[in-house]
Amino acid sequence: MKYYDKLIFELSKESRTAFSLPEDKFGGNLSDIPSDLRRKEGPLLPEVSEVDVVRHYTNLSQMNFGVDTGFYPLGSCTMKYNPKINEQVSSMPAFARLHPLQPECSVKGALEMVDALDGALAEITGMKHFTFLPCAGAHGELTGLMIMRQYHMARHDEGRVKVIVPDSAHGTNPASAAVAGLQVVTVKSKENGLIDVEALRDLLGDDIAGIMMTNPNTLGLFEKDIKEIASLVHGCGGLLYYDGANMNPLLGMVRPGDMGFDIMHLNLHKTFSTPHGGGGPGSGPVGVAEHLVQFLPTTKVSGFHGNFAVMMRAYAYILMLGKENLPLAGQYATLSANYIKESLRDAYKLPIDSICKHEFVFDGLIDDGSAHAPDGVGATTLDVAKRLLDFSFHAPTIYFPLLFHQALMIEPTETESVETMDSFIDVMHRIAQEASEDPMILRSAPHNAPITRPDETTAARNPVLKYQDTI
Amino acid sequence: MSTFPYFPHTEEDVRRMLEKVGVGDLTSLYGDVPAEFLRTQPYDLPSAKSEEEVLSIFEDLGKKNVPLKVFVGQGSYDHYTPSVIPYLTQRSEFLTAYTPYQAEISQGTLRYIFEYQSMICSLTGMDVSNASMYDGPTAAAEAMMMGLACTRKKTRVLLSRTLLPHVTAVVENYARFHGVAIGYVECEDGVSSIQSMKDELAVGDVAAVILPSVNRFGIIEDLEGFADAIHEAKALAVQYCDPSALAVLRSPAEWGMDVAVGDGQPLGIPLSWGGPYVGFMACRKDYVRKLPGRIVGQTTDKEGRRCFVLTLQAREQHIRREKATSNICSNESLMALWVTIYLSVMGPEGMRKVNTLSYGGAHCLKDKLLCTGLFEEAFPGKPFLKEFTLLSKVPSETLQKALLEGGFFAALPLGIKVGDKEMVSFTVTERRTGEEIDSLVEVIKNVKP
Repeated sequence: MKYYDKLIFELSKESRTAFSLPEDKFGGNLSDIPSDLRRKEGPLLPEVSEVDVVRHYTNLSQMNFGVDTGFYPLGSCTMKYNPKINEQVSSMPAFARLHPLQPECSVKGALEMVDALDGALAEITGMKHFTFLPCAGAHGELTGLMIMRQYHMARHDEGRVKVIVPDSAHGTNPASAAVAGLQVVTVKSKENGLIDVEALRDLLGDDIAGIMMTNPNTLGLFEKDIKEIASLVHGCGGLLYYDGANMNPLLGMVRPGDMGFDIMHLNLHKTFSTPHGGGGPGSGPVGVAEHLVQFLPTTKVSGFHGNFAVMMRAYAYILMLGKENLPLAGQYATLSANYIKESLRDAYKLPIDSICKHEFVFDGLIDDGSAHAPDGVGATTLDVAKRLLDFSFHAPTIYFPLLFHQALMIEPTETESVETMDSFIDVMHRIAQEASEDPMILRSAPHNAPITRPDETTAARNPVLKYQDTI
Repeated sequence: MSTFPYFPHTEEDVRRMLEKVGVGDLTSLYGDVPAEFLRTQPYDLPSAKSEEEVLSIFEDLGKKNVPLKVFVGQGSYDHYTPSVIPYLTQRSEFLTAYTPYQAEISQGTLRYIFEYQSMICSLTGMDVSNASMYDGPTAAAEAMMMGLACTRKKTRVLLSRTLLPHVTAVVENYARFHGVAIGYVECEDGVSSIQSMKDELAVGDVAAVILPSVNRFGIIEDLEGFADAIHEAKALAVQYCDPSALAVLRSPAEWGMDVAVGDGQPLGIPLSWGGPYVGFMACRKDYVRKLPGRIVGQTTDKEGRRCFVLTLQAREQHIRREKATSNICSNESLMALWVTIYLSVMGPEGMRKVNTLSYGGAHCLKDKLLCTGLFEEAFPGKPFLKEFTLLSKVPSETLQKALLEGGFFAALPLGIKVGDKEMVSFTVTERRTGEEIDSLVEVIKNVKP
C-alpha cells in the first residue's frame, strides 16, 4: 500500500467533464423556474475528466485493506470471503431496473426470490417468517424491539417497558432499546463469561418486555443455560430476542427458534457472505416465531423493500452452499477460532479457558514488556493491533467486549486456510516476543502502512469535516 | 470429505487443527451445547449447486419480471449510471473492507467519506454531513430524533402532508415507539400551508418540523418565512430533499433550515427494486454533537502527513450505548462512494444538464398529456422540475392496465380523488427519450375511458 495524498477536488480544472449525456432535444430552460426557488451559485463539485476519476479512486482503493487483500480477523464482524457470483447475480439488469413501486404482476421474479430467501432463512433459524426491511444489524434490532413492544401492547400489557441486556452485549443493543422507547436493565456476566442466571432471576417481573441475547455471546461462548433463561423470561411474560451477529458458528448445528427465541435478526453481511462495503450496505432481516407473525407487516422501518440487491447475494450464497455445506461453514468457523486460541494462549492472556465458538477474546499480552521500556510503559492491545498491520493482517476487534481492559477479539471464519492462520499465529508470537524485549517497536507501529498513527485528539478538538474547511 | 470452493480445508488440515484443539471430531466442538438443541437432521433445503446452476436460477427468476419504461419517481428516480461507477465501486479494496476502525489501512474509505461529506455539504449548504444513513426515510426519522435531542423535553414533531408517503410512514413508525406525538402541516393547493404550520407551532411543544423541498406532487415548494416561524418556536427546521435537484434549486441552508436529509438514490443509484440506496444527513455546526452516525475528519499522522479518521465518536452507540444519539452502526458506505463518484463524474455542469434534460422532458410530456384531453391540471401554475401530478379522467385502473400492456410504468395513482378524477404522478428523467415519450402518449391516447 502506498500513500496518495489527493482529494478529488484538488484535481479539478474548470470546464473539464467526465459525464456523457444525450443532446438536449426538449429545449427546457431552468430559468423558467422562479428565481427565488433556484440556488444562487452552482454547487462546489469537482470538474475532472473520466481518467482523473478512475485513477483517483483506484489510488484511494490502494490505501484500503479488505477481505480480498488478506486475513481480516475482526471479532463479531464475520469477515468471511465474499463470493464473486453474488456480485454477478446482484447486478442483473432484470432486477436492477425494477422500480420499487411497480405493480406486483411486473415483479414476480423479485417477489419469488424474497419468498425463497424467507423460506430458507426460516429453515436455518427455526423462525416462521422474516421481514427484510431492516438495512443493517442495528436496524434489525430496532425492528425486533418494535415487534416486541407491539406484542405487549396488543395484550394491553403496556407496563412492560424494560429490556434486559447482558453487560457483554454489542453497543447497538442498548442503543436500539433506547430508540424503541425501552429502558435498559443490565444483567451481569459471571466469572465464566456467561449470564448470571441468579442475577437475571432478580430482575424479572411484570415490567420486563424481554431480553436481548447473543448466543454464542461476544466472548464466543455458548450460553448453555439458555433453556433455563428462556423458561424464566417466558415465565415472567417477556420475550427473547436473538442478536444474530454471532449466528455463523451455529449454521447447521443449532437453531435460535429451537432454543426458545421469539424474535431475531440476521446480518446477511456477516453469516451470509455479502460484502461489508466499508460499512454497509448490509441487510438485517428480522424473523419471528409463529405467534408473532401478525406483527411483521406493521414494522415500516425503511422506504421500500429493504436492501434488495444484498438479499439477492445472500440467496445466491445459500444456493451455492446447499444443505451439505452450510453446516460445514459453522463447524469450520468454530474449528478455526479454537485452533488460533489454543495456538496463542502461551503468549496472550486467555481470561476464560473454555471451548469457544466462532470467536474468542484475549485480555492483552502475558508480558507487555513494561520492564524493558525506558518509561516503564508496556505494549497495549492497541499496540499489538497496530503492529499487526505491518505484517499485512487486519487487526482483531479491540477493547470490546468491555468486560476486560485489554480485550483482543479474534474471529477467523471458515474461509481461511490453515496456512493463513499459521502465519498469523507466527506473527502474533513474534509481536509478543518483540513486546517483551522492546515494546517501543509496538508502541510506534505501524511502520509499513500508508500512514503512521493519526492524531485523533486534534481531529476531535478542531474538527475539519469537509473540503471547504481546508481552503 | 468433499471440498467446496469457499472452504480451503483438506482432511489433513482438519485433523491437524482438531488435534491442536484437543477434540476428536468437529461435532465435539459443540460439546457445550445442550444435546436437545443440537441438530441431527440436515436442513430441509436444496443441495449444493454449481455456479452455472445458480446463475440460471436467477436468470429464470429475472424472466418473471416485466421490463418497463419507468415514468414514475415518488422517491426513486431512473437517472443514468456512468459506467465508471460500478467498475470502481466493485474494487475489492472498497467492497470487502469494513468500517474504517484501523485508520492506517483504511485511508481509501476515510478519504471518500470525507469527499462525500464535502459534496453533501456543498449541495445542501450545510456545515457538517455524516458518513451516510440507511435511506431517505430513515434519515428523516433520525432528524426527528435529533430535533428531540436538541430541544430537550419537547415531545411533538410536525410533518408536512406534502412529504412523500413512504417518508411519512417511516417517521410515524419511529415516533410511535419513541413516544413522539406527530402533528401535521396541512396541504393547501399542493404545497405546505404556512398558516397551518403556525397554528400547530402555537399549540407548543414542537421539537422539529419536517418540510419537503420538491414535494410528493413534484411541486418545488416556496418556503419563504417557514424557517423563521420554526425558529421563533425554538424548534429545528428540517428539509427533506432530492439531492440531484439541489444542484439547481435553492438549498436548505438558503431557506434557513437547520438540518437537511434525503435519499441519495437520484445520484445515479440504480432503482434496484428499492435498495440499497443511501440516506444523507447534514446540519449546521451548532448541532454537530447531536448528529447521528459516523463522521470523518481530517488530521495529520506522526510525520505530519494529511490523513483522515473517524471522529467525534463520543456521540456513538459503541461508546454511549443507551445514551447514544442513535443506534446506527453499519450504514451505506459503499453507496456513499457510489454517489461521490457520480458527483465527481457529473460535476456542476453535468448536474445542471441532468436537471435541464429532465425538466425539458417532463414539461414536454405534461403538455402532450394535457393535449390528449384525458387529463386536467392538478395544480395549475405550480413550478415543477421532473415530476408532476395530473388529474386523470380515466379510472387509474384502466390507465394502469393499458400502460402495463404497452410496456410502461407511469401515471402512478396517488390515492387522492378530486370529484370523479384521480391524481396520478409522472416523472421524466434524462434517460427517457423523445421517442419513448411519444409512444407513452400514444398508448394513453388509445385508452378508452
